[in-house]
Order: sequence, then C-alpha cells, then structure tokens
Amino acid sequence: MRTATLSDASALATAPKGRSLWADARRRFFRNRAAVAGLVVLALIAAFALLGPWIAPWDYEEIDWAVLGSVETMGRPSLETGHWFGTDQLGRDLFARTVQGTQISLMVGIVGALIAVVVGTLYGSVAGYFGGRVDGAMMRVVDVLMSIPYMFVLILLLVVFGRSILMLFVGIGLISWLDMARIARGQTLALRGKEFVEAAIATGVHPFRIILRHIVPNLLGVIIVYATLLVPSMIIYESFISFLGLGVQEPLTSWGALINDGAAEMRNGTSWQLLFPLGFFVAGLFAFFFIGDGLRDALDPKDR
Amino acid sequence: MTAPLLSVEGLDVTFPVMPRGAWPWTKPAGLQAVSKADLVLQRGETLGLVGESGSGKSTLARAVIGTVPATGGRVMWKGRDVTALDPAGRRKLGREVQMVFQDPLAALNPRMNVGQIVAEPLATHTDLSAKERRTRVGEMMERVGLLPNLVNRYPHEFSGGQCQRIGIARALITKPELLICDEPVSALDVSVQAQVVNLLAGLQRDMGLSMLFIAHDLSVVRHISTRIAVMYLGRIVETAPAAALVADPRHPYTRALIASVPIPDPVRERARSRPVLEGELPSPLNPPSGCVFRTRCPIARPDCATARPPLVEEAPDHRVACPYHDRGGPV
Ligand SMILES: Nc1ncnc2c1ncn2[C@@H]1O[C@H](COP(=O)(O)OP(=O)(O)O)[C@@H](O)[C@H]1O
Ligand code: SF4
Ligand SMILES: [Mg+2]
Repeated sequence: MRTATLSDASALATAPKGRSLWADARRRFFRNRAAVAGLVVLALIAAFALLGPWIAPWDYEEIDWAVLGSVETMGRPSLETGHWFGTDQLGRDLFARTVQGTQISLMVGIVGALIAVVVGTLYGSVAGYFGGRVDGAMMRVVDVLMSIPYMFVLILLLVVFGRSILMLFVGIGLISWLDMARIARGQTLALRGKEFVEAAIATGVHPFRIILRHIVPNLLGVIIVYATLLVPSMIIYESFISFLGLGVQEPLTSWGALINDGAAEMRNGTSWQLLFPLGFFVAGLFAFFFIGDGLRDALDPKDR
Repeated sequence: MTAPLLSVEGLDVTFPVMPRGAWPWTKPAGLQAVSKADLVLQRGETLGLVGESGSGKSTLARAVIGTVPATGGRVMWKGRDVTALDPAGRRKLGREVQMVFQDPLAALNPRMNVGQIVAEPLATHTDLSAKERRTRVGEMMERVGLLPNLVNRYPHEFSGGQCQRIGIARALITKPELLICDEPVSALDVSVQAQVVNLLAGLQRDMGLSMLFIAHDLSVVRHISTRIAVMYLGRIVETAPAAALVADPRHPYTRALIASVPIPDPVRERARSRPVLEGELPSPLNPPSGCVFRTRCPIARPDCATARPPLVEEAPDHRVACPYHDRGGPV
C-alpha cells in the first residue's frame, strides 16, 4: 500500500464540515420572520399544553359548585376565583380544559402527520421506485381507500368500537397517509430518472437501500412541508368530528369540542367559552401555516 | 482463444412510447434506440463510441450496465451473458463495470457528502470497516486530484470539473475492470475538458482499465481510443482501429463526422471544402427502410432503400455497413 499522509483516517477525521443543503435551508428558514414568529407561537402553545396542568389551580374534570347555576356571572374569567379563562356551562375550569384540549388537538395533529410521513413516504416511494405492476397495484389500493367516504368509515368505526381516543387515531391514521403516498410516489418517479439514482443502480446497490439513502432524503423537503401543513388539517378534521359529537369523549376534550360547547352557549352571554378555545385554535393553525410556508421557501431548491 | 472482456451481440433496445394524445389502451409504439448492435471490447483497450446526439450511445451503455433492459441480443461479459442474470447476480457486476456520467452534478446525490458518495460502491461490495473505507476514499480522492480533506463537502460546493472527478473516484474505488464514460467532458468548460481527459487516460494506464468512451464527435475520442465504433440512429455503421478510422474512413457518415472536426489552423480550416451533413437525424420511431443513413447520404442510390446493409469486415478489424462507399460518387 502506498503511503498517504494526507488521507490517513485520523487526518480525515478533522476534515472541515461541508455546507449541507439542510444547513442552508435552516439558515433560510430562520431569516423568514413570519416563520420564526409561527415557531415562537407554536412553542408557546406547546409549553402551555405541557406546563398548564402544573400551574392551573383547578382540575379539568372538577366542578366548581359555587359557580354552577350562575355561570354567566360567577363563571367569568377572573383572577380571584382562579378561573383565569372562566368556566364552562358545567362549572368546570376553562383554563384547565383548554390545556387538556390543546394536548389532545396537538397530539391528533402530530400523530396524524407522523403516520402520514412514515407510512405514506415509504409506501409511495416503494411504489414509485419499482414502478410497473407493483406501482399499479399499490396505487389502486390508495385510490380505493380514497374513494371511500372516510367520514362514513370513521363514524362506523366509532359506532362499532365505541368512542375512544384510540379509535380516533386509527381513523385518522387510516386516511392521513393517502395524499402523502401520492406525493411521495410522484416525486420518486421524478427522482428515479436522475443520474445519481442510475449510478447507484449501476453500482449494484440494493433497491431498498437506494430508496432509503437516495430517494427518501431527497423527498424529505417536500414531505416535511406537506406534513407541517397536514398537522392543522388533521386538527381541523378532529375538530369537525368532535363538532359532530363523535370525537373525544367527556370529560376529555379538544379544541373542536371546546369550540362546539362554547358555540352552543353563545347566546347566553358566556362568549369567553368560545373565544378562548377559538383563539388557541386560530393561533395554532396560523402558526403551523406560517411554519409550513417558511419551510417551503427554505427547502425550495430553485432560489439556491 | 479467451473470450473478449465485453462483447455486445445483436443488441436491441426498444422503448415503448405512447403517441401523444393516444387512448390508454392503444398499443405503444416502439422506439428503437439501439438496433442489432455488435461491439467487441478487448481487455486493456479503449473503445471510442461516437455518433451525434440521439443516436443511441447512452442507451447502449445503459443496456451494458443494466439500467435499461435489452429487448434482444446479448451482452457477454467475460463470455457470460449478463442479460440473463437474476437481479442479485446483476448487482454483483457493479464491482467490475462502472460508469461516469455526462452531467457531473446530476450524477451525485445532493444530500450525501463526498465521502459518502465515493464510499458507496465499497460499502456495497466489500465489508471493509468504516475506517478502512475512509482511508481508501482519501487515497482515491488524491488519485483523481481532489484534496482528501474535502470529504465532508457536498456536491453543490464543487465546480463541474471537480464533480466529475468525484464521479470518477466513485467509479474507480472498487477497482473495476471496465469503465464506461458517457460523454464525460461534454458538459464541462473547454479549459477543464483536457484535464479530465488526461486524468482518465492516466488512470487507465495506471490501473490497467478497459474503457468504453462515448462522445458525440471525434475530436476527443481519436486521441484516447485504441478502436472506434461509429453509431448512427441505433446502428453501428463502422468500427476500426482508431488510426485506420481517422486516416481511412469508409462509411459516408464517418467521413462526414471527420470532416466536421475543425482543423486548428484557421486558414486551412476556411480553405477546405467539407461535405456538410444536411438534414436532421430521422426519428427512431419511424426509421428509414434499408440503410437508415440514406436520407442524408450524399451517395445514396435506390438500392439503399431495400435492405439493411450488414457490417462487413473489409480490412483487418475494419468493418463497414455500406456496400457502396467505394463506388465513387460526390464524396
Ligand atoms: N427511457 C427512454 N424512453 C424513451 N425513449 C428514450 C429513452 N431513453 C432514450 N430514448 C430515446 O432513444 C434515442 C437515443 O437516445 P440516447 O441513447 O440518449 O442517445 P445519445 O446518448 O446517443 O444522445 C433518443 O431518440 C431518445 O429520445
Ligand atoms: S448504404 Fe447507401 S445510403 Fe447507406 S451509407 Fe451506403 S450509400 Fe449511403
Ligand atoms: Mg447520451
């Protein structure tokens, strides 16, 4: 073997770091004010959901008997009673309930997006990479699942297996990955024609390794953007189900359920019951949209 | 006699293409990118493959490395038909045959750094430790003229010429026997073209490589090749030792190609009369009958439309697919 001082493994360990596309994207993202603001708002909401239970003077199930019956006057938001956001119609502390609802809504959104990212990306990239009959069969499955009215299926699931958070997640998991699979497949088809993929095939790299090392990392930009935008749509979706009275079960709650309750009492002069959850809902959705938008700009390879 | 390193025998590659606006159930038309191509490449030699853009050179190369399926004929590697191999057997060949691509940046995964890119064939075909791989990558990078401490950089941080060096390092790291270079310098600045060609020629000498070197004109190929094959619309029309092909071109298409290589001296360049190639390359979807070159051939005659002229050995190792080239005419 020839001596290669420069190329000694130890010398290479100190080689300077390169500027990866991810690092570039991160820099661009943090230059985008709206996106950073969205990130801050989201961090505050997450902190609210995580820390809320420790600071709330009331429990989310506890009924304040002193308030019951005269919620319009006694249940107002106030610092003295400890009901910072007021109470709901049953005299339960709205601050604690909003904390709890935020937890559920964020969880629904994030779980839905995660399922979409993992299942949808792998499913779509496998279909797109192998193409031909494999692709045809796999995408027909997606078409069929998409053509089923999912609301109907979800309602059926909830009726048959009873209302539970698990069923809600199952229902959301069943549909959330379908669009993602289509997106991943389309992008994979485009990537398959690229020469670096051809080089890997010619080298004899195993197809699954090509998918994981060459296809998926190049899909990730699009996937992340779409996933960020999928979170709010999952939250809206859950809210809608809760609005129909089929979502999470009392005493658990979610943004959608709280808004539903608040809206039902709107004419009784208890507007805080609607406004607090609605404020969180709107702020949360806007935060996700701004972040998604910022990510899209940051990851867009065009203006590099 | 031992079998040649690579021998392409009657290779056909036909792509199914849907005519524009066709119904989904209509049968796709066949685009013949390569038609009954024969090529032989001996160990240690450099075979140049020339032909204008769209003549099927890349497709032929892809059929050899197995990224497009051959629809007919055989690709013999050391006497073994590789088109008949199962996918796992085919993947093993990646250690022995490697390719350098035309677009240097597109051939590198933008999400991987140079070290990962160059090491991939090693990770695929050997079980060297990560440390040994790094050492080998460093050596290979030096060998292609890149500073080894650039291993952690990403492709977009390099110039076209440097990207092509990375591609060459990746192709050579498993010490393959055959290197296919598909127009490796066409996308580069003229000033770096010579550097990269010299690098390839040097590596070939040092590593005892055999090479299939593809280009769309003769200017580069004539210097680096031992033998040259000329391709037109998916057919091999002439093959000969490099010197013989340049000094004594026989097929009218080869003559036109040679005439189109500019002479460095501007005075002589302007003074010479050259038979310019008129018209466009016909569509491979609907090739002319008989000799496919007849639509542009200056000496075409009615007979040319009837049968495809076979590739005939007219001089030792000099094969031509035109029975009429020495019958006079305005060449
Ligand atoms: N994947 C493909 N599908 C359909 N047609 C193709 C495909 N690849 C190449 N072709 C066609 O085959 C012909 C030869 O192309 P190519 O091999 O790239 O030529 P060259 O490398 O000599 O420029 C062209 O007409 C091209 O359009
Ligand atoms: S066969 Fe006829 S058309 Fe073809 S190259 Fe010869 S003379 Fe020209
Ligand atoms: Mg080409």
